[in-house]
Amino acid sequence: MFLSQGWRGIAAIMLSGPGADPTNIFAPAGTPAHSIFSLSLLVLSVTGAIFLGVTGTLIYVLVRYRMRKNSPDADQEPPQIYGSNQIELSWTVIPILIVVMLFLATTRVIYTTENARRPKDALNVTVVAHQFWWEYRYPSLGIVTANELHVPISDPKHPMPTYLTMSSADVDHSFWVPRLAGKTDLIPNKVNTMWIDPQQPGLYLGQCAQYCGVQHAKMLIRVYADTPQQFAAWVANQQRPAVDDTAVAEGREVFMHNACISCHTIDGTVATGRFGPNLTHVGSRDTIASGSVANNPANLRRFIEDPANFKPGALMPPMHLDSHDLDAVTAYLTSLK
Amino acid sequence: MATHIPFDQAHAPEEIGDKTQRKLWLEVLHEWVTTVDHKKIGMMYIGYALFFLVVAGFEALLMRIQLAVPNNSFVSPEVFNGLFTMHGTTMVFFVGMPILFGFGNYLIPLMIGARDMAFPRLNAFSFWISAFGGILLYYSYIGGSGLYGAGSAPDVGWFAYAPLTAKVFSPGHSTDYWTLSLLLTGIGTIGTALNIVATIISMRCPGMKMSRLPLLPWLYLVTSGLTFVAVGPLTAAQIMLMLDRYLGSHFFDTQAGGSAVLWMHFFWIFGHPEVYILVLPAFAFANEIIPVFSRKAIFGYPAMVAASVGIGFVSLSVWAHHMFTVGLGAAENTFFVLATMAISVPTGIKIFNWLATLWGGKIQFTSSMMFAIAFLFQFLIAGLTGIMLSVAPFDWQLGNSYFVVAHFHYVLVGAILFMLFSAFYYWYPKMTGRMLSEKLGKWHFWLFLIGFHLTFDFMHVPGLLGMPRRIYTYEADRGWMIWNMIISSGALVQAVATLLFVYNMVWSYFKGPVAGPDPWDAWTLEWATPSPPPSYNFAETPEVSSRRPLWDLKHPDDPDSDYEIGPSHRRRAKEESA
Amino acid sequence: MSDVAVAPSGANVAWNPPARGIVGMVCLILAEASIFIIFIVAYIYYIGKSLNGPTPKDVLSLPIFTSICLLSSSLTVHAAVSALRRGRQRLCSLWLAATVLLGGIFLAGTAHEWYDLIYNHGLTISTNLFGTTFYSLVGLHASHVVVGLIMLSLALWFSLRGQMHHHHSEKLEVLSLYWHFVDAVWVVVFLVVYVLGR
Repeated sequence: MFLSQGWRGIAAIMLSGPGADPTNIFAPAGTPAHSIFSLSLLVLSVTGAIFLGVTGTLIYVLVRYRMRKNSPDADQEPPQIYGSNQIELSWTVIPILIVVMLFLATTRVIYTTENARRPKDALNVTVVAHQFWWEYRYPSLGIVTANELHVPISDPKHPMPTYLTMSSADVDHSFWVPRLAGKTDLIPNKVNTMWIDPQQPGLYLGQCAQYCGVQHAKMLIRVYADTPQQFAAWVANQQRPAVDDTAVAEGREVFMHNACISCHTIDGTVATGRFGPNLTHVGSRDTIASGSVANNPANLRRFIEDPANFKPGALMPPMHLDSHDLDAVTAYLTSLK
Repeated sequence: MATHIPFDQAHAPEEIGDKTQRKLWLEVLHEWVTTVDHKKIGMMYIGYALFFLVVAGFEALLMRIQLAVPNNSFVSPEVFNGLFTMHGTTMVFFVGMPILFGFGNYLIPLMIGARDMAFPRLNAFSFWISAFGGILLYYSYIGGSGLYGAGSAPDVGWFAYAPLTAKVFSPGHSTDYWTLSLLLTGIGTIGTALNIVATIISMRCPGMKMSRLPLLPWLYLVTSGLTFVAVGPLTAAQIMLMLDRYLGSHFFDTQAGGSAVLWMHFFWIFGHPEVYILVLPAFAFANEIIPVFSRKAIFGYPAMVAASVGIGFVSLSVWAHHMFTVGLGAAENTFFVLATMAISVPTGIKIFNWLATLWGGKIQFTSSMMFAIAFLFQFLIAGLTGIMLSVAPFDWQLGNSYFVVAHFHYVLVGAILFMLFSAFYYWYPKMTGRMLSEKLGKWHFWLFLIGFHLTFDFMHVPGLLGMPRRIYTYEADRGWMIWNMIISSGALVQAVATLLFVYNMVWSYFKGPVAGPDPWDAWTLEWATPSPPPSYNFAETPEVSSRRPLWDLKHPDDPDSDYEIGPSHRRRAKEESA
Repeated sequence: MSDVAVAPSGANVAWNPPARGIVGMVCLILAEASIFIIFIVAYIYYIGKSLNGPTPKDVLSLPIFTSICLLSSSLTVHAAVSALRRGRQRLCSLWLAATVLLGGIFLAGTAHEWYDLIYNHGLTISTNLFGTTFYSLVGLHASHVVVGLIMLSLALWFSLRGQMHHHHSEKLEVLSLYWHFVDAVWVVVFLVVYVLGR
């Protein structure tokens, strides 16, 4: 009755297309995800064939050899058959052949993905996972940002992959953007690398895939694949010093005279903490609280008032600012475009 | 050597009538607490496991309510993280292990014609220390965080990856409860496994050579052997974790040069064989139940033994398929892909042999057999999704997603729990002297089957759509809601079916039809004793001369012992007709 | 009693399955061995990975004399078992006493080594990865020696009181198996900690 619903579900997803499901592994948009997708089609067809064969046999046997009350020999035991070496041998050898075939196909994808040749002009980004946010550092560009990763798109003719060098500041995490690549774990005291090469501009979503504590669920990932022009503009903006707008000087004072500065960095100020996200250009981001809510003054104010409003368990404590100071800090941070 | 199975008829009818002789409940309690009888200990294991099955099932229900819709706030993230940790830990260590050991304890001495286990007092000790471990784990809800009135359950996940378990990231005592309870249970587990091996090797009745050992004890032998080599690493890792937490050592302290990956290796060297420790007894039940309800001898006994031993050995070299995303390197990943795929060969052999046993039989669709057939079907699917996960690149996508959760629940529920239900319908008459209601059994079967497939078929889908496991809530825009809704509704159906089963067990204990010694017309030695068996099992030690001693008794003109020369001998009747 | 006999398929063969005590001990040894393997793997994995001193080269010296004592106690316990098997109880007591003495010397050696490491070299289990792995591995082995010594002392006590007889030789053999295992583990620990790791 429910024989094939799982498989029908898979078919439904594949038909529904990438638009509906932003994290569908069957809607690949980068080379690693593509090669996994092709391999998975092979694996699905082999296992699907085995499934149909064995289930068909099972149903046949159940119907054909069911106990019949009315047959003349109903009270007799059926002939006892103890086994057959030839049959045992055949259903040992055939699975071995299937395994060898799958193994070879798998090995090819492992090596082409893990040991891919790294182009000279590939962009390098260092990813440091924290409880419960992502730090992105672009050493060659002098940029440090958080939670929103910007990478250039990669033209298949001139591949421009982005290499992620990954580690963790505290516990284990895992970086997973299903449409771009499989996941890679970020482990303290260990450095892993992976690469992505989105080919269409756009936003690719994902989230932490290794349980890392209370707020594991809201450790979201946003990868922006920019056209070369967009990317250049983004880089130029990020490389500028922090905006210093006198209109929000009051909020700036509140920020600099509270504990904010021991965890956050704003370039060119006394705020040099590294425990929390770098806020130099926080106003230019689309989201706050590692992707959980849109970055607008109302949300930002609620977050500063008490981060648990959006992310219970976040390590940032409520700052106990009065309403006036909250407004001022919100205005200041919003100005940091 | 002749088959010689004295049946103690004088005792048989009394056993049920005896219930009229009321004892004080305190006497009954004293009798159970101090018992060293393998049957009583076996039933205590089973009762204890069923209790925790209901508890951990309830925890699963709470999680499914929370996940039914996105951004739900039915439980807090802290509570949710405790729930999945407790659910996983309980199901593996306080349901799976004790219930399988319970059946093993009860059945093995009976099936090999022994009067008790090799070490009855060790048996009682092992049970009670395991039981204490479970109680300790749940005490964490009261004493967990170590603060006055602020108890909390462990919330590090059932594989408790370092360094999340370090004092810095898990302050308080909830993680200590987890560690200690697993350490204690591990001791009990090793004790029972040791007992089972010694019983099977040393307590067999005369004539029961290893080549005549029923498949159930054979598979328990493999499972117990695996237990020694698998639970050892877990125990060692727990000791290291305790040293880290209490004495400030640095095994998994990444700040002092320690390695988080080392914990993963140690845990999964235990964790993967553990899956086979749990599933081999389910195979063992299938090996007894499928032949009886097909009215045929098991097909390919030697192949079944070889495949089980093969699974045991290969399962020790596949652990790092849980670690394909850890960054082990291409060569290491390739090795573990091959080892993992290789295990599908002996597993496939088992499925084919069960099919061949059904082939040509006269299949009786009792409740027990229906659960066994569903086991066969669902284990096939679990194996196939296992092959998908063994393909390392596919695992980079599927690992730690809901696809994996669906896959291993297909093994643990679809295969193991279904086979356990089958075993209950099959052996309950032996244990209590009463049959379980077949009518309720069919209802239980169909309801549970529908609930199971609603939940776990559809659970594969959010995994493919990028939903990671262990998140207490999810974003509304990911397209996961409809699937989670279906999954949660299936969980409710399963809960209802389980209650039906519990009701059946209670009702049948008092009102079920009287079973008699051999209600299924079966062939192994436990059916040569009254139901329930007397405390000494056999009035005289039986002697056997084939794998199916009761078949020999029932068919003296055509005994199995005539056909024990090689693996591929057909019945004489066939040869004569040819 | 109903009793259906089938035509005998051969003469009555003697039915002697292995002794359960021996089987049980072999199983226990398997489980214990897997625990030790994990600690040994951790030791080897962390050789040279400590972020600060002291290192094994600085502080460890070869415990040759105590190792000889422990290994030779394997011979004495074997002699005790075979003495009991031949029914010579007093000789058995003598050999058991020698075993307990040799094991005791080994334990005293370990205690002295630890005292020296802790008070003269400042190495504790929390100093560095070397301290962590050294104390846990050597300590795990030493705790097994302690358990073995307690059991052997009990056996000696019974033997001295004349309560140990010929038919107990299988039980004593089971205990001796455990003791041989403890000695064998020491060979590996010695090679790993004092030869490979130094």
